[in-house]
Amino acid sequence: MRTGYSAIADEWVPIKPGTDGALLLALCHEIVQRGLYDREFLAQYTNAGYLVKQNEAGDDFGLIACDESLEEKIPHYRHNQLWWDRLTDRAVVNHAAGADPYLLGEFKLADGTPVKPAFQLLRDRLDEYTPEWAAEITGIPAATIRRLAYEMGITARDQTIELPIAWTDSWGREHASVTGNPVAFHAMRGLAAHSNGFHTIRTLAILMSLLGTIDRPGGFRHKAPFPRAIPPLAKTPNSPDAVQPDTPLAGLALGWPASPDDLFVDGAGKAVRIDKAFSWEYPLAVHGMMHNVITNAWRGDPYTIDTLMIFMANMAWNSAMNACDTRRMLADKHQDGPMRGEYKIPFLIVCDAFQSEMTAFADLVLPDTTYLERHDVMSMLDRPISEFEGPVDAVRIPVVPPKGECKPFQEVLIELAGRLRFPAFVATDAQGQTRRKFRDYPDFIVNYETEPGSGIGFLAGWRGKGGEKFMVGEPNPRQWEMYAKNNCVFQHPLPPSYQYMRNWNQGYHEWASRTRLRRYADPIVIHLYSEVLQTFRLAAQGKGRDTKRPPPELRERIATYFDPLPFYYAPLEAQASDGHQYPLNAITQRPMAMYHSWDSQNAWLRQIHSHNFLYVSPLTARQQGIEDGGWMWVESMHGKVRCMCRYSEAVEPGTVWTWNAIGKAQGAWRLTPDANESQQGFLLNHLIADELPADTRGQRVSNSDPVTGQAGWYDVRVRIYRAADGEPRVTSPQFAPAAPAPGTRETVRKWLAFVAGKGEFK
Amino acid sequence: MTQLALVIDLNVCVGCHACVTSCKEWNTSGIAGSMSDDNPYAKDPTGTFFNRVQTFEVGEYPHTETVHFPKSCLHCEDPPCVPVCPTGASYKRAEDGIVLVDYDKCIGCKYCAWACPYGAREIDEHQKVMKKCTLCVDRIYDQELPAAERKPACVMACPTSARLFGDIHDPASEVSQAIRDSGGYALMPEWGTQPANHYLPRRKTEIRIHKDELERVDNPLKIDGQLPQPAVNDPALDDVTSW
Repeated sequence: MRTGYSAIADEWVPIKPGTDGALLLALCHEIVQRGLYDREFLAQYTNAGYLVKQNEAGDDFGLIACDESLEEKIPHYRHNQLWWDRLTDRAVVNHAAGADPYLLGEFKLADGTPVKPAFQLLRDRLDEYTPEWAAEITGIPAATIRRLAYEMGITARDQTIELPIAWTDSWGREHASVTGNPVAFHAMRGLAAHSNGFHTIRTLAILMSLLGTIDRPGGFRHKAPFPRAIPPLAKTPNSPDAVQPDTPLAGLALGWPASPDDLFVDGAGKAVRIDKAFSWEYPLAVHGMMHNVITNAWRGDPYTIDTLMIFMANMAWNSAMNACDTRRMLADKHQDGPMRGEYKIPFLIVCDAFQSEMTAFADLVLPDTTYLERHDVMSMLDRPISEFEGPVDAVRIPVVPPKGECKPFQEVLIELAGRLRFPAFVATDAQGQTRRKFRDYPDFIVNYETEPGSGIGFLAGWRGKGGEKFMVGEPNPRQWEMYAKNNCVFQHPLPPSYQYMRNWNQGYHEWASRTRLRRYADPIVIHLYSEVLQTFRLAAQGKGRDTKRPPPELRERIATYFDPLPFYYAPLEAQASDGHQYPLNAITQRPMAMYHSWDSQNAWLRQIHSHNFLYVSPLTARQQGIEDGGWMWVESMHGKVRCMCRYSEAVEPGTVWTWNAIGKAQGAWRLTPDANESQQGFLLNHLIADELPADTRGQRVSNSDPVTGQAGWYDVRVRIYRAADGEPRVTSPQFAPAAPAPGTRETVRKWLAFVAGKGEFK
Repeated sequence: MTQLALVIDLNVCVGCHACVTSCKEWNTSGIAGSMSDDNPYAKDPTGTFFNRVQTFEVGEYPHTETVHFPKSCLHCEDPPCVPVCPTGASYKRAEDGIVLVDYDKCIGCKYCAWACPYGAREIDEHQKVMKKCTLCVDRIYDQELPAAERKPACVMACPTSARLFGDIHDPASEVSQAIRDSGGYALMPEWGTQPANHYLPRRKTEIRIHKDELERVDNPLKIDGQLPQPAVNDPALDDVTSW
């Protein structure tokens, strides 16, 4: 649809949701066919020239050939991959002095192993992905796809930007300038939140690499702590033995598996985590799989739980893909057996700043604070606010006191960790008595180090005893004060020679290694061809170095989706839907005036969007006799919603859409039962399922990307029809109103006028 | 003579409403406040806003434009709201051209709202006076604010820099230059109100591809032997043509 940023675009190219991968593959196809790619960039900075073994029967088929005689200096990351040198016509280690790799062709190593450069394999893959092929899938004319490819390619090739900034690359070669090309891409969940999103985003990364626009002027620039190694070092545990009572987890909660042996599964290949992240079902679920937790716990697969703690996730409403089912599961009881009459999820703690739909299900509500009432960090350990020029992090400092019994959730966690005697949160005094180590959250932020004496903590600025160090340094007791004096922001601009080409920039790597942003100072070569994915595919085929192998029922799935090269498949939900019965795509977008669903009940913001319509092309709506502003049904194979229609010329006619999280359950968020949000507003989630329909064996799998576990939010297929004349003029489904929370006012103010300094916070 | 005004660039406004809420945030507590809300948490909430963003579509699919159109008092050079005011509450300042309402004189008769062809005035149902954009007259001259912040709250808030503020009578000002260079226009000039605020229209950037740009001497496929030259000994026209 044409909203927000696409509204001001010079050109809007409407596309069918979930088909972006097909468009990107066709663009890559054209750019490679036409020779519009940046060969030097591919050869020097990606694995395009690395030789991939083509011995189909071999145990190492599809892995990259290396010079095993060379000693590897760095564990985890090899650098001895082979090129086929064009000038001497023989295999050489990559970046050998004076060598230039063939990117195309086929060769035979001394031991007889047939090999092809990765770029040749990519080109072979792209062969079938013609603009005509993509036009059928995406709805974009082939001529438009060609033109877009030419615009990108010609601009990248001919509009070179050259900056007079000298730098040295990872192989010691000096460059007098930094060059780039003015082609940049921006993508987020619109591309990613489909069950084919991983390969779509991967194709986008490859397109950017073909054009040579990674961390160069005019292109996609990195922000610290990026670029990171591929895959990054952080790992979860890989065995259930890592989970022991009264013992810290031996590994991180989230990490980046580099091969099957890194998966967090037991001896039988079953998931260890409740959400099944890092299991064979969702091996690279680097963000976890929160959307699976309630269903898994309810079903007892992989196990049941006694307590569920939820923070700022409105799982009984817009944060769940299957809001109705989730509400049922949260309140469901065992029907028989020893647990008869007990809740399937026995104890539920919800921490939220607002009386959301979720708090109604809680056994214990922990009232949270808003951003204005608490300390926060935008930390280098999580997602800092860095700029292209260098690392930036920031803090929030409370401007108003918390109301009532509200307590910041971070304080709750520190309190809990201290009371539970988590080793990192207790100290032993001279008398051998243990006591809690951190007074409160601000104290924790200042004094926590990733390991004792590491000098790495949440905040990068004003470290060291007197605040004289940055990035690494002892805790500074006055760190908060120093942030406060500096407008709550720390910024470290890098010298210009470290601001570009950071995957392969020796100076930057030395700096990043000295400041411990990175452990190693080795080059980060882009993977056009993913050996990591191939190790999973090999395991599924009973081959490869890894000892872990997927259970039989998942072998085909792993072998299919862990393709070392990008490919296109229709979203899994679309594949499982009847395309004739449900011909339309239904998607949502977050309104820019709101931050998630938080605060959308705010008296001013709800005047901007107090209820939502389903936006439908007039062509599509008229076929069903649905009027502009009229009542209609939208139905998927999972559920149906009654809502109001708004004609829109700014939506692709095969797609309908609405604003997310404007609709609310009656009585939630302290809105009156007749508020527009519940009576005219609606949630599209009621049409979505968190799981795909069961396969022939009754096996159910999450409605997610099979590689990363990213939820397929935008994959649902629907049909629409007119609501009957006699139907109530109110959205459906409706839910019994939530009871007012204890301590909330009985009456609702008829009007208000806010004047700063005249209210509760003088 | 100075005429302060906003120049709003429709080519970069994405409709985020940051100007709407920051306007209300500043002004409800300022000299023009308060700005009340009725039914704030109930059915059909409504309230006073000095600045609203209207969104509309132009054209038919697929040649559709979605336009986000922020609208507030245009501070007309010949404001029709001023002469109709029976008490003299509505007035235009000589020194900077800002149109203001003196709440002490306003009797809430709404003549000005009927006279305004742009629908820019908002009656406060509780204080019973007419309110509207003041161009943040209580910010822009405030010597206690850093010079860079002496701008209307909406201008400060805009994340895409779609809002410019300045003197449209000074030909050297940023706003005059933007109006000249980018085809700035006033709303409904046929009314003769001479609105001070201007809008910059959508502008299109197009790329023209020429055929010769696709026939590339630097085609990298050549390096990998994919576009080989024919061998010297291959048959050629030279061998068989004698004229």
